[in-house]
Amino acid sequence: MAYNKPIPVPQGESDVYWQKAKEHELWLRKCNACDNAYFYPRDISPCCFSKDTDWIRASGKASLFTYGIVQRAPHPGFVDDVPFVTAIVELEEGPKMATNIVIDNPTFDNLQIGMDLEVVFEDITDELALPKFKPV
Amino acid sequence: MTDLRKTVAIVGVDESDEIGKVPDKSNLTHHAEAAYNALEDAGMSIKDVNGLFTAGTSTLNLAEYLGIEPSFTDTTAVGGSSFIIHIAHAMAAINAGYCDVALVTHGEAGRSRRSRPGGDDADPGSQFETPYGFLGAPINYAMAARRYMHQYGEEYARQGMAEVAVATRKWAQLNPKAYMKDDMSFDDYHNSRWISEPFHLFDCCLVTDAGGAYVITSAERAKDAKKKPVWVLGAAESHDHNLISQMPDLTRTVAKNTGPAALERSGVTHDDIDLSMIYDSFTYTVLATLESLGFCGPGEAPDFVADQRTAPGGDFAMNTSGGGLSYTHSGMYGMFLVLEAVRQLRGECGDRQLDDPKLCLINGTGGSLSSTGTTVLAID
Ligand SMILES: [Zn+2]
Repeated sequence: MAYNKPIPVPQGESDVYWQKAKEHELWLRKCNACDNAYFYPRDISPCCFSKDTDWIRASGKASLFTYGIVQRAPHPGFVDDVPFVTAIVELEEGPKMATNIVIDNPTFDNLQIGMDLEVVFEDITDELALPKFKPV
Repeated sequence: MTDLRKTVAIVGVDESDEIGKVPDKSNLTHHAEAAYNALEDAGMSIKDVNGLFTAGTSTLNLAEYLGIEPSFTDTTAVGGSSFIIHIAHAMAAINAGYCDVALVTHGEAGRSRRSRPGGDDADPGSQFETPYGFLGAPINYAMAARRYMHQYGEEYARQGMAEVAVATRKWAQLNPKAYMKDDMSFDDYHNSRWISEPFHLFDCCLVTDAGGAYVITSAERAKDAKKKPVWVLGAAESHDHNLISQMPDLTRTVAKNTGPAALERSGVTHDDIDLSMIYDSFTYTVLATLESLGFCGPGEAPDFVADQRTAPGGDFAMNTSGGGLSYTHSGMYGMFLVLEAVRQLRGECGDRQLDDPKLCLINGTGGSLSSTGTTVLAID
């Protein structure tokens, strides 16, 4: 069946992020003024409002910061997925990002806040892959 | 800061003609009916209005529909808190002389026209949240509630959420305009179906069709109004994120700044407040807001609301209309906090009327716990 969830539309500031994701790599922007990585990608850093920034490859390691278990699909594309897990994860490099946790039969018992996660990629179109996370 | 206490007053409030499930009325119809009714309540004419405020549609659209040519226009739209923030903006505009009779309207056929507001593809949320199913308030707010449970205890937080749901329903049973008036026991709450765990159905606000409006004017013009003026003592506003994944602390809203600021500008303290109107998009929103406002400390709200303290007869009057949880919630509910506050201060609330309240604190929350507006209203 065709993929019918909302699809990201890469922008100039995020082209690198999505190109790297297609290669199944997670890349972040880093602010050189304070040496912190940040998310989501922006040309000017939100921490220092600095234009002195780089792209860095993230380790792909993260911990579970919070989550919900969605029982009622918010969009037709998610009907076959319920229950599914929406989550905010804290990357090893510091930033937090929204994602899904890939897990069968999610419950409050098998999803513990603070648990270790690693990035996995779902190829959703010929051009795009979506970074998600699974328990280590 | 200039002392603006009692320089402006709310002199008219009302809903649109019918609220709840109203299949044949558009957003603008709700705006216009509410405007008509609120002006009648104020004893003023549409010709008196020279300041226009709304959110959810442009004032261009609204002013054309109403047939007015305002000298001050404000479409500040930061979610359901917007209509509380409009009080502060009207206060500033009236004191600066840009207008002297401001009309603030809301209308949303939230139930009958279920189309989701579409985001701009170029916005960060369209790339970094919606592809994962972060769509709609129950999913976004669940992130915050789950984190709160982790920090302070799941059962403890759950009991606080249940207390709010059950107490708010009891108020709704005293409001003829409330949408949900069936009895709700604690068991009913705990047994209601999951929407987005940790939220049960009864943790979530309603989705109704409704409009509301209020008229706010200078102290001078307030003398001409039909009813006693409800004074604005002080107000404050802020926001600290848009996307829930970017919220600095999922358990603290910017009410931590706007609450103390509004109280200080008003020259009153928490203990002086007779009624608190707290945006209850979710039961959890109430817990986080009471803590952020400083009515209690971080993690203390479940104890604060225990034993049905916020229900009729309890010693902390809150959301006496029945709230967004049980009275009405069209989408951007903040408007209705103002209507109830004004009516309670005027003594117009029938079976749910408090005993001679003098001071009401209103706190609206908008977006994904993103923005807040706090204001304190008083009656002489
Ligand atoms: Zn920096």
